[in-house]
Amino acid sequence: MTAGIGAALEPITRVRGVRGAMIVSAAEGIVVAESVMEGVDAQAVAALAAGLAARLRRATDAAGRGAPVFIHLEAEAGAIVAVPAERDLLVVAVTQADVNIGLVRLELRRAADRLA
Amino acid sequence: MSSEDIRVLTSQLAADPSSLVFLPLGEALRRRGQLDAAQKVAIAGLTRYPDLADAHDLLARVLGDRGDLERAFDEWDIALRLDPGHAGSHKGIGFLYFVAGDLQQALGHLEAARAANPEEEGLDAAIARVREALAAGGPAGGGGPGADSYAAVVRSGLEDVTRMPVPASPPMPSLFEGLEGADDGLLLLDAKGLRLAGGLKDPVGAQVGDAVAAHLAGVFKDASRAVRLLGLGGWKSVAAESADANFYLAAPTPETLLLLSRDPGVPIGRLARLADRATETARAWLEGSE
Repeated sequence: MTAGIGAALEPITRVRGVRGAMIVSAAEGIVVAESVMEGVDAQAVAALAAGLAARLRRATDAAGRGAPVFIHLEAEAGAIVAVPAERDLLVVAVTQADVNIGLVRLELRRAADRLA
Repeated sequence: MSSEDIRVLTSQLAADPSSLVFLPLGEALRRRGQLDAAQKVAIAGLTRYPDLADAHDLLARVLGDRGDLERAFDEWDIALRLDPGHAGSHKGIGFLYFVAGDLQQALGHLEAARAANPEEEGLDAAIARVREALAAGGPAGGGGPGADSYAAVVRSGLEDVTRMPVPASPPMPSLFEGLEGADDGLLLLDAKGLRLAGGLKDPVGAQVGDAVAAHLAGVFKDASRAVRLLGLGGWKSVAAESADANFYLAAPTPETLLLLSRDPGVPIGRLARLADRATETARAWLEGSE
């Protein structure tokens, strides 16, 4: 099951500039499947991405708006991008700064669709 | 008005949704403090009767009770455009001008209210006291010396807006004036989740800026920890897209967060450009206020 889920990550990691991708349990912030380069702490990214997603969801709820369907944390040297999927999962990617975010977003959504 | 009366009015409105019974029903709910229900009734009525001054007046009173004085002012302003002699709207706006410290404008509207409805008790006394305040130089603002007693007198003559709270502190600074969405969709908050400026409204028009600010406070810490852990340098922004709104967060200073919200038709790239302008404005304001 986990291997099958992990296969959904391959197209994401093929995008130039992606340092890693993972599927995360949104409620617990733990890694369900991952494919990351050396130096990327998947478990820590999972916990932080889940926390950020939960916080943004509470904020959009308070604003009377729907839950986020795409989250992009941009930093000076890279980014963390996340798309919620069914079964309370998050598909997360860690990227370099010069990545094509539009393409990463597309692949994250496709991966989320494959998990449905 | 009793609960039974409200049930009767609710039944009448359900039987005939086009009835003007929404006006007394909404007012009764407002007086009982059922503001969510009162606001829904008022907005539903306005949907059917967008050109009815009484409907805008009703919504303004509900918004006033909620403390959303800015939008209450807008609704009374619309009512007066539709019906320049609308007594209730003159009273409401007069009161808002009074708490804002603009006694001359307050007096003008109170006198207009009296002209429209000379028999209303209390207006004469309120007008007299505002005149006295003007003659004495008047309080510079709603919170100036003696303002409480003036407010009490004025409010005593304005039966319909007596439930409206007088702001304990000055209104939020119009920091983003001139920027698109200055009062709805631009929000500046501090690291503790307190709103510093701007505002955000939910789809029915209620001000939700404080609640959203409270939830966003931790974003700063989450984002900082994440980028530090991954060696990504400082974080620049957080964007979130939902089905019915796009959100963009940036940090004008290390201790503040700026939120922009727009409908999904505004792409994230454009939000980023708007955020740049708002961030510069906020930074200048924060530096100037230190």
